[in-house]
Amino acid sequence: MTTTNSSSIQGASKEASWIDVAGLHKIYNTRTGAKTHALADINFSVRKGEFISIVGPSGCGKTTLLNILAGLITKTEGSTKVSGLEVSKPLREIGMVFQAPTLLPWRTILENVMIPVEIQKLDKKVHLKKAAELLELVGLNGFEDKYPSELSGGMQQRAGICRALVHSPSVLLMDEPFGALDAMTREYMNLELLRIWKESSQTIALVTHSISEAVFLSDRVIVMSPRPGRIAEIISVDLPRPRTLDMMNSDAAGVYVKRIRHYFNAANVIE
Amino acid sequence: MKTLRSRPELLLVPAVFIFVVLLWENLVNQLEIKEAILPGPSRIYEAIVVQAQNSIFWANLKVTTQEALLGFIAATIFAVIAGTFISQLKIVEKTALPYLVGFQAIPKVALAPIFIIWFGFGQTSKVVMAAVIAFFPILINIIEGLKSADSDQIKMLRVFGASRSQIFLKVQIPAALPFFFAGLDVGILLAILGAVVGEFLGSQEGLGNMILLAQYNFETPTMFAILIVLSIMGILSHVIVKALQRKFAFWGDNNSIVGN
Repeated sequence: MTTTNSSSIQGASKEASWIDVAGLHKIYNTRTGAKTHALADINFSVRKGEFISIVGPSGCGKTTLLNILAGLITKTEGSTKVSGLEVSKPLREIGMVFQAPTLLPWRTILENVMIPVEIQKLDKKVHLKKAAELLELVGLNGFEDKYPSELSGGMQQRAGICRALVHSPSVLLMDEPFGALDAMTREYMNLELLRIWKESSQTIALVTHSISEAVFLSDRVIVMSPRPGRIAEIISVDLPRPRTLDMMNSDAAGVYVKRIRHYFNAANVIE
Repeated sequence: MKTLRSRPELLLVPAVFIFVVLLWENLVNQLEIKEAILPGPSRIYEAIVVQAQNSIFWANLKVTTQEALLGFIAATIFAVIAGTFISQLKIVEKTALPYLVGFQAIPKVALAPIFIIWFGFGQTSKVVMAAVIAFFPILINIIEGLKSADSDQIKMLRVFGASRSQIFLKVQIPAALPFFFAGLDVGILLAILGAVVGEFLGSQEGLGNMILLAQYNFETPTMFAILIVLSIMGILSHVIVKALQRKFAFWGDNNSIVGN
């Protein structure tokens, strides 16, 4: 563990939640003076090492929720805690993977992966080793000195995942990280992600618009409904691990997908 | 031959040059145009050869080069300082913008007589002229460049806890570099223009001064010769700036990615 923060997280809370969201509201003031209730009374918690997905039709506030957890935007009301710390600005506990790889084109892959280390002024030597291990883990060894433009979209996104993990955060937030990839690459990346998760044991919160991806990856799926964004149901996915792509064809998986899709249909979203 | 098929311009550019030169030479000869009006290319070439052996020409070339370079460097320094300041504070930008637009509206060539009163007939007034003309395009490019940073890249740095100064150093400045070099590319040519214009309006030396002297003596081939020298100066500076851009801002241009 790399944390040096408060003692409030010690002791009895080991089995308890690592991410705690209670009574969370987010209200946007639009330019015309009207108010948009983006998130209404969100309550959930995530255990340490758990993999959860947040799904819901567009406009349900799932990205807003993730941005609040990342400390990027302020909340209107309620509490969001990560490892016992109230999130009011970005925490070192957190690593994030974005929809686009957002690598800096003037930096090599290794230099891109090292960005969090530079920003947080961590030990370069130790983390260079860590970066090399991560790049190896995602199959990018040999690409350290290449520039992003020389890599495919999937490879860039894998580098983005390494960057999110290099400073050993306990929480990994992912905002539709595979949305821009083609179906084949996407399935492959899902398997990769499970492998990385197994090795690094982060607590992961993934926002996705793919129901089957959420079922395939997660321990629990948080289904949200729009206007105002609220939690419709939290579904535990009791498929055995390690998961295989074949499992997605099983009846059990189909039941979960159907149950989640029901909420999408209720919101009149055409699939 | 393969390179010629994929890049026919390698053949076409010199072909057009030769065609124009031959046409020009023939027209001048056949229409019996006076040398003082329009000399043929062969006469201009002779004038260039004469100047190349003339130490006064080289001294003048050095003077103009110095003026343009010093003016260009001064313009770059001031533009970097002003651009950084303006881009950091919205209120500064909003306050400064009307003045910048007003300043840009002045035909700066018309300032040369004033600069000669203020700074004399020597090199200083030409350096100031070059700097004033080159300043604006460099500044505008720096301001635009610093604003051009991708909001997703800034968001990414913020997630990892970056401070404002870290965002400025690690994203905004690199993002501005391709713009910066585009500004330098325009600026260096304008600096040469400024130096020559300054020399036109009152000087004892420099290539601009040489053009004026040649004009008094109706030595039109010499005027053309110096014009060609000035364009070579311009082309060389452009090539140097482009080379620097390729080295330090390679991502701004996909064709020049390192390692491809």
